[in-house]
Amino acid sequence: MRTFIKGQLWPAVAILLAFTVITGFAYPAVVTAVAQIAFPGQANGSMIVVDGQTVGSSLIGQSFDDPKYFSGRPSAAGAGYDPTLSGGSNLASTSQALIDRISAQVDALRKANGDAPIPVDLVTASASGLDPDISPAAAEYQVARVAKARGMTEDQVRAVVARHTSQPFLGFIGAASVHVLQLNLDLDGLLR
Amino acid sequence: MEGKEVRFGPDTSGLFATVTTGTSTGAVDSMHDSFLPVGGLVPLFNMELGEITPGGVGAGLYGILVFAIIAVFIAGLMVGRTPEFLGKKIEAYEMKMAMLVVLSLAFSILFFSAVATATAAGKAGPLNGGPHGFSEILYAYSSQTGNNGSAFAGLTGNTLFYNLTGSFAMLLGRYAMIVPILAIAGSMAAKRRVAESLGTFPTTGPIWVGLLIGVIVIVGALTFFPALALGPIVDQLINNAGRLF
Repeated sequence: MRTFIKGQLWPAVAILLAFTVITGFAYPAVVTAVAQIAFPGQANGSMIVVDGQTVGSSLIGQSFDDPKYFSGRPSAAGAGYDPTLSGGSNLASTSQALIDRISAQVDALRKANGDAPIPVDLVTASASGLDPDISPAAAEYQVARVAKARGMTEDQVRAVVARHTSQPFLGFIGAASVHVLQLNLDLDGLLR
Repeated sequence: MEGKEVRFGPDTSGLFATVTTGTSTGAVDSMHDSFLPVGGLVPLFNMELGEITPGGVGAGLYGILVFAIIAVFIAGLMVGRTPEFLGKKIEAYEMKMAMLVVLSLAFSILFFSAVATATAAGKAGPLNGGPHGFSEILYAYSSQTGNNGSAFAGLTGNTLFYNLTGSFAMLLGRYAMIVPILAIAGSMAAKRRVAESLGTFPTTGPIWVGLLIGVIVIVGALTFFPALALGPIVDQLINNAGRLF
């Protein structure tokens, strides 16, 4: 019995206590401290602040319906861009529901933007339902509508779009994207 | 682009899906359920091979060791000598245990998928109709048996039926593999080392690599092709024909 306590039970309890302290308290404390000191913006949610007011996170998309704003992609998150219900539609390519939804979206886009070919990302829902980006083609598709609604020239709008277009990482990982929230804030003259 | 993020795009999303299922990672950056059927076939097949395609990382290591033992056994049959692996003889006991691992993987995935497609509680799960619904069921048990964690997320998995069968698939996927593999380890550790001879099949070099890949793909394809044919393969053909559900 004594050898059991000394040889097995005590080491097991000691290791449990040691790892509870190391992995349960010390490690999270160190990681939190490093993150808050070295990457405060990212660690607190990559928030976008305008005039002292938080208007959103650069990682989470928001919906824009007004014709003077660029609109994002369809969203399957709750009623649309609901960050508490992040998720995709999970519909398959053979799904009638998917085809119906896309047809309705195509009609709505045609009504607002005219008859130009529609970039695919404007009629498909993203994986998270919170995609903050649209493709450069999707931005170009909306340039004429936004310019008209704002009384700007198309080239002025294109210049703002270009400021918020990101290229793929290292040129080939991922795809080029336009950040919708920052683009719309910039159009309103709120970014500096 | 359904179920994909703009900044990742289709190509990196496909790469991510392949890597996450080739290893037992299970993180996703896109919704596998909305991939085209052949796109969903790749992660599905990766998991059904035992998550060993990049060479077996993490828990995949023991998976690929089992296939290495089967491969030296097949090579041994071809040259007519007792197979050896890492200087130890591979005999009937090791082979039985290795086959137990391969068979429990197949049993757990195929049996539970069959049960789900044959019962009302199982058929209530899939979101999508047609063969894609079967793919969702097959993916659920492949992922749970392989301890992957990714999903064809259209499947409503939080029901009594899927929770119970899924938990058994997870138990089988872990313990029905680890126990026979530990038995192999114990048996091989107790054996005496044999010196390399001319009859030893070299477990390095291109012939070995080709043989090992061949064994993995043939075992996986023979076991799961019928199920895959009923799921993603026929789904793709129906997709090409333009039929909707």
